[in-house]
Amino acid sequence: MTTLIPITPEIVAEHGLSPDEYARIQELLKRDPNLVELGIFSAMWSEHCSYKSSRPHLKTLPTEGPRVIQGPGENAGVVDIGDGLAAVFKIESHNHPSFIEPYQGAATGVGGIMRDIFTMGARPIASLNSLRFGAPEHEKTCYLLNGVVKGIADYGNCMGVPTVGGDIYFDACYNGNILVNAFCLGLAKADRIFLGSASGVGNALLYVGSKTGRDGIHGASMASAEFDDATEEKRPTVQVGDPFTEKLLLEACLEIMKKDWVVGVQDMGAAGLSSSSFEMAERAGMGMELDLDAVPRREEGMNAYELMLSESQERMLFVVAKGHEPEALDIFRKWDLDVAVIGRVTDDGIFRAKESGVEVVNLPIETVVTGALKCDRPTQKPAYLAEVGTLDLASREVPADCGGALKQLLASPTIASKQFVYEQYDHMVRLNTLVLPGSDAAVLRVPETNKALALSVDCNPRYGYLDPYRGAQIAVAEACRNVVCAGAEPIGVTNCLNFGNPENPEIMWQFQEAVRGLGDLCRFLDIPVVSGNVSLYNETKGEAIYPTPTIAVVGLMEDRSLHCTQGFKQAGQVIGLLGSTLEELGGSEYQKLFWNECRGQPPQLDSQVEFDVHRLCLDLIRQRLILSAHDCSEGGLAVALVESCITGPKALGAAIELNGDPRADALLFGESQSRIVISFAEEALHGIESRAKKAGVPFAVLGLTGGQEFQVKINRKEFINENILTLEDIWKNSLSRYGNRVA
Amino acid sequence: MLAKIHVTLKNGVLDSQGKAVHHALNDLGYSEVQDVHLGKYMEIALKGISEKEAQTRVKEMCEKLLANTVIESYRFTLEPAE
Amino acid sequence: MKCGIVVFPGSNCDHDCYHILKHILQLDTHWIWHKDEALNSFDFIVLPGGFSYGDYLRPGAIARFSPIMKSVIAYANQGGRVLGICNGFQILVESGLLPGVLMDNAGQRFICKDLTLRVENNDTPFTALCEPGTVLKIPINHGQGRYFTDDDTLKRLQDNGQIVFRYCDTEGNTSDEANPNGSLDHIAGVVNATKNVMGMMPHPERCADPLWPNVDGQMIFKSLIESSLAHS
Repeated sequence: MTTLIPITPEIVAEHGLSPDEYARIQELLKRDPNLVELGIFSAMWSEHCSYKSSRPHLKTLPTEGPRVIQGPGENAGVVDIGDGLAAVFKIESHNHPSFIEPYQGAATGVGGIMRDIFTMGARPIASLNSLRFGAPEHEKTCYLLNGVVKGIADYGNCMGVPTVGGDIYFDACYNGNILVNAFCLGLAKADRIFLGSASGVGNALLYVGSKTGRDGIHGASMASAEFDDATEEKRPTVQVGDPFTEKLLLEACLEIMKKDWVVGVQDMGAAGLSSSSFEMAERAGMGMELDLDAVPRREEGMNAYELMLSESQERMLFVVAKGHEPEALDIFRKWDLDVAVIGRVTDDGIFRAKESGVEVVNLPIETVVTGALKCDRPTQKPAYLAEVGTLDLASREVPADCGGALKQLLASPTIASKQFVYEQYDHMVRLNTLVLPGSDAAVLRVPETNKALALSVDCNPRYGYLDPYRGAQIAVAEACRNVVCAGAEPIGVTNCLNFGNPENPEIMWQFQEAVRGLGDLCRFLDIPVVSGNVSLYNETKGEAIYPTPTIAVVGLMEDRSLHCTQGFKQAGQVIGLLGSTLEELGGSEYQKLFWNECRGQPPQLDSQVEFDVHRLCLDLIRQRLILSAHDCSEGGLAVALVESCITGPKALGAAIELNGDPRADALLFGESQSRIVISFAEEALHGIESRAKKAGVPFAVLGLTGGQEFQVKINRKEFINENILTLEDIWKNSLSRYGNRVA
Repeated sequence: MLAKIHVTLKNGVLDSQGKAVHHALNDLGYSEVQDVHLGKYMEIALKGISEKEAQTRVKEMCEKLLANTVIESYRFTLEPAE
Repeated sequence: MKCGIVVFPGSNCDHDCYHILKHILQLDTHWIWHKDEALNSFDFIVLPGGFSYGDYLRPGAIARFSPIMKSVIAYANQGGRVLGICNGFQILVESGLLPGVLMDNAGQRFICKDLTLRVENNDTPFTALCEPGTVLKIPINHGQGRYFTDDDTLKRLQDNGQIVFRYCDTEGNTSDEANPNGSLDHIAGVVNATKNVMGMMPHPERCADPLWPNVDGQMIFKSLIESSLAHS
């Protein structure tokens, strides 16, 4: 019996609880917990469930606004988009599982985030992914890339949810810890949002979805070996996804949510049955009684510990009003899902679970959910910053062949087209994708309205390494700028904060600075943060990843016909630039590629300038003055221009003249912020000039589209003259050549 | 020599395909079906190598490439070539 | 005009087909649940794309035993018109209504992209409005779309005009480069001998809403509507 095993300090340690935490459990319970109860505490007080390190910082984020229906703390954030509709979205990490088993890790990451969306009553209509891999030349990178992409594809495609965009970076800092951050957005009626709350004494708890197996039971191998002879092979720590079951679950959930007797619902994610039941009861201030014998299971002989802590996928917990159980069971059975009534809501705030008629858990719910020791983790500015903070450009030469440098940048897997990846994703199903992958932001129509939503996800980890505060700000700025380039107004942010070990004060300092940067810019731009996820301990052998605060932004356009794309549309049009170029090469892809370093200061970011550029760009799109808009990011102006040349209806050359003081490589490849490349018909020039002047935004004409050459002169001297089809081939095919290479 | 290799999911790993096939067989009236597991079967022809070496080499192939040992297990037999 | 869309567990292009037939082409469109066993008097039925039963075992292999398939087979054998798109095509070959099999793409990867097809035969209810040789731009979206059959069957398909679409370049020429999945003889769609059952891997419902510039997919649905009107 799992309840009879005495709790030793070793078992406590195996459960990841400190002696202080264990003492607190004894004090709160006024007795020793049994092993099942210890397992529940361990899961619920883990960083993943309790956010004990991050919460004090996250509390500082702006989470409110007139459109916000549901902020952080639920399965996903909810923002009002008018017409009685709401956008429901969130981004979440599945980093560690994806490193161990890239295909299943990524697949179950996608499955998890989709469940978060449809548990709120929303139909998922689009996914994005933000992926970070190690250096391209690292031995595992190609294998991990292919495995992760296939995992995302197989799960998302089967679900019938289009994967419409994302971003992918390669950097050696991810050699031992890749990042897989999955975003999903759904649409719901604004007045039919379902929350994870278990109210109403006597209401039924329904278990729905796949059967419970021994997947992902963390806890201690030692402790578990003592109460079960199961070999290690019987305890896979990697969960395996079943998108077919999840598709059935999705359709069944949306069908049952039309009924007014559904009280609440929550996904069984991390810590499975424990977290879903405790959290739902806690939100409603209620108690719960569970009969574990009723839980559907995959294998014989599973015990209470395993049933409470299994992380088997594709499972949900519903609370259904008393008396409606038969109707609920009918709907789930129609969809061939495993379903069972496993308990009831009680009113005493106690969680009780029975196994074979014997009580094996008896815990006060609020204590478990909110009782974790708050961690006020110490912070300290990292020592490396002083060393890498300077960059002496004088000692680094401008390349003799800037055309060759441009080609190398276009071939870099971080910059090259991601067509190889997104062609493996169904990005069209449900007929909403107005702008297909490959532009700054994906654009989706909102069915039955004239509206559209634009989605983008971004984060440049090198900026975060050099200055976490500014790195986070730039991630927000870029994701917003992408959405703005598509013609949409940013209305909500969700974030996935990927960092190293928070017990290291230097990492905690990075975390604190990044959250401060994120909050400051969101406050300035007046965009609420409505959901998020924190992933800590991303390090191997003491090597932490660069701070990676991944930001996803959702934008709204009232008139979907006013969406804009990044490609130049035809020859003879004028190319212009909003914003100004400074001599900034710190943290750039160019610096990494040519000088093999990441040092100096990341690009500056002036919040007011950023805001003004957004306003102006939206104004120009809405006035139909411009024909394309493209954010300038990795690889700088030269790369942005080439991308615009080759992502229109057909590849076009361009003749560009740049003027100014910064050295040539900074003008061409520097990554100064708040810049947008636009194109327009000549007649529009005057209108654009006067609007830019009024907005106080620097504006310059750079040249004309047309011809077969991509030509750049700087202060009248030619620096680049390359055939556009050659550049197109390099940009379009480099990643596929990399991904298809024989290892 | 011919190596005949079976790769299957480890015990306890969710076999979603097996589950769906199991369900379909029951629906078709094969009520005696109690469990279904799907896996992969491979034949690898080997040359110029002793059986003892082959044991080691095939095991290595399974570990390195043929099975994903995080979730799959494998077994194989060696037979003389026909 | 009344048409039906069969919903299998795991179908996911059913809503898209419904949207095109119901809202764009204004037909009396009905869902047909896979556990149903009766088919009413439909002018035509569509087996939509998706991942019926998760594509487990083989795409279409389990769906073809759904209760509704008995009726679909009976309906087809009486001359009823059946259009199978992508997974629908896979189900039709598994059920024996169409010859051949659909194997893993030659490149072993799932592919979602726009491409072009050449209409090889317009003497079918599904292509009646197209000129022979017309090039249609219609996206594909599959991991297992590589058509294959034995030599005798291929010869029969060729001789009887049962190959309805071939993958081609934008000029209408077939080539290995224009063949996305390694299909035998560049086959993208076939009909049965009596020309009332067609399967195609590309998704015409994805290019039939005038909200997008390309509406080539409408040609197939409109042909079906027109010929069904003439038929009834």
